[in-house]
Amino acid sequence: MKARVTVTLKTGVLDPQGKAIEGALKSLGIDGLSSVRQGKVFDIELNSADKAAAETALKDACEKLLANTVIENYRVEIGG
Amino acid sequence: MKAAVITFPGSNREGDVAKALKQAGATVEHVWHADTALPAGTDLVVLPGGFSYGDYLRTGAIAARANIMDATRAHAERGGYVLGICNGFQIVCEAGLLPGVLRRNANLKFICRRQHLTVERADTPYTSSYAKGEVIDVCVAHGEGNYIADEETIARLEGEGLVAFRYADAAGKVTDAANPNGSLNNIAGIYSPKLNVLGLMPHPENLIDSLTGGTDGRGMFASLVGKKAA
Repeated sequence: MKARVTVTLKTGVLDPQGKAIEGALKSLGIDGLSSVRQGKVFDIELNSADKAAAETALKDACEKLLANTVIENYRVEIGG
Repeated sequence: MKAAVITFPGSNREGDVAKALKQAGATVEHVWHADTALPAGTDLVVLPGGFSYGDYLRTGAIAARANIMDATRAHAERGGYVLGICNGFQIVCEAGLLPGVLRRNANLKFICRRQHLTVERADTPYTSSYAKGEVIDVCVAHGEGNYIADEETIARLEGEGLVAFRYADAAGKVTDAANPNGSLNNIAGIYSPKLNVLGLMPHPENLIDSLTGGTDGRGMFASLVGKKAA
């Protein structure tokens, strides 16, 4: 079973990298962007097919390591 | 004063800080991150600068989950001294020993330069050899030293006098121009409420010999071993 964890910055946390990317995109002439925020994606393969257990394990992984919950939010998606 | 200097894969300032501690008269033992216990009689745990685990995931994040950090946390809870310098500051924040986060420098550049700091208080185990308000000239070398925390945390740190050092100019003025990385309130280092844990981005261990630029860093190590800097 596959899962995807997405970690994003909380609203209000400054993102200097996102700002720089936003500036670069604008300088490429790409119009219509109001802001860019950078995050992280983790693609994780799970051994078992137990969705509930996977969700518990991945939440644990996010709380303990993948996200710094002081400044980041996370989202767990479990695929087929 | 018996110090345990922890080495993680990617630490690179462990030798410098050991030298500074020995110069001040401390006994130093090097400890590997995978160890589960600190040497008997450890007074001070030092998490040195460097790039533990290549800064993968977030700076200090993986090192903060190393075996030795459980023993370090227990040491801090007993009131033992824990000093995190640069990457060590990032590690103690990630480990939850100090609040807040060190983010990418506001100008996105790795900054390596001399830097003045104000010593915010001189009544702590780390600063008793300095004077309150003294301006010291040390150096900074980091890409992610931009200290942030939520408003409540900043208010608590300020209200309880837990800001250890601030980035300042040579005259001791705490200005935006003197802030190398965008840290809130020019914060360069903070204490735990019991003043036994200190995290700071600058490197006092690199200014301990006039041959290599100055001696303003000596005071911290002299304070720790309980004597005045020469």
